[in-house]
Amino acid sequence: MGPLAVNEIISENTNLFLAFLIGIGFGFVLEQSGFSSSRKLAGIFYGYDAVVLKVFFTAAITAMLGLLFFSLFGWIDLDLVYVNPTYLTSAIAGGVIMGLGFIMGGYCPGTSFCGASIGKIDALVFIGGLFIGVLIFGLGYKLWEGMYLAKFLGFPKVSESLGLSDGVFALILIIAALGMFWAAEWAEKKFQREEY
Amino acid sequence: MSETTVAKKTKYLNPYIGGVLLGLVLLAANFVAGRGLGASGAIKSTIVGAATVIAPEASEKSAFVSEFRESHEGNPMKTWLVFQMLGVIVGGFLSGALAGRLKIKVEHSPKITSRKRLLLALGGGVLFGFGSQLGRGCTSGSALSGMAVLSLGGFVTMMAIFGTAFAMAYFFRKNWI
Repeated sequence: MGPLAVNEIISENTNLFLAFLIGIGFGFVLEQSGFSSSRKLAGIFYGYDAVVLKVFFTAAITAMLGLLFFSLFGWIDLDLVYVNPTYLTSAIAGGVIMGLGFIMGGYCPGTSFCGASIGKIDALVFIGGLFIGVLIFGLGYKLWEGMYLAKFLGFPKVSESLGLSDGVFALILIIAALGMFWAAEWAEKKFQREEY
Repeated sequence: MSETTVAKKTKYLNPYIGGVLLGLVLLAANFVAGRGLGASGAIKSTIVGAATVIAPEASEKSAFVSEFRESHEGNPMKTWLVFQMLGVIVGGFLSGALAGRLKIKVEHSPKITSRKRLLLALGGGVLFGFGSQLGRGCTSGSALSGMAVLSLGGFVTMMAIFGTAFAMAYFFRKNWI
């Protein structure tokens, strides 16, 4: 059955319309969770607000389990679902640069659009920065093409790389997340702030 | 507990419920389109689209543009992530309107000026935009969506993003706490 668009059960235009509806859900949940506030987002790095960790890991686990169960029930063909390729060098280098951008700017791309949608000018300026950053990458592409394409490992799953089945890896990730949630609740009490 | 504390505590959705809902949205994206959520991809589409209009000849020679063209046929603005990001703006606005959070302001710690906050936001945006291209996706597209499909690259990028931000947090503390 799924993925609907890949199996041509829905038309291309229906797919784009559903993208818009899914985006509304995405933006709504981000804003409701407080992801429209940079000071709330940055809280994870100082312990006073761990909403990022809680929402992020709960979401990743929910979607991961959903996909595994959908596959088990025959509702989705996981071979047709896009798995991000792994280019080890650029995955690490890109992540490091993004991490620096995160602690400086207080947003990531998705949350900055969310912040801007409720009137945060700092989020709007961050978005301006995003466009400049993407443009710089595009204009100077030849300079970092080598790094961009280095250490291509294909499309490996993290479970395969660790020699585990998907289910066992999922269970380990859930246990690790519960440990992190416990630490997050502790940190929020220890580094509590009244106003931010 | 005073009334104001109660009001503050109920201001936002419970993060674990928010996480489950976000996970369901991500699951829906995979079920419908066979791909996860994203944000920086829509910016790339816009840049490619604008470049094609403003400088058609130069952009045709660009490896960055041709790489994008190989995986996206037709109008660069008629792509899944562009429509999804338009939805994010609408969804965020609706949520903010319902919660009474619509307000034009520069949010920053009282210890720094608005001007400093905006300069840091600009610099952070430039870095994040550049990094998202190098890392083939941002927190949404690479880290979150990648983790949901158990992509090794997704986990690596997630750890690099959060690890670096934690490691650098000390040097930027005056801007936040």
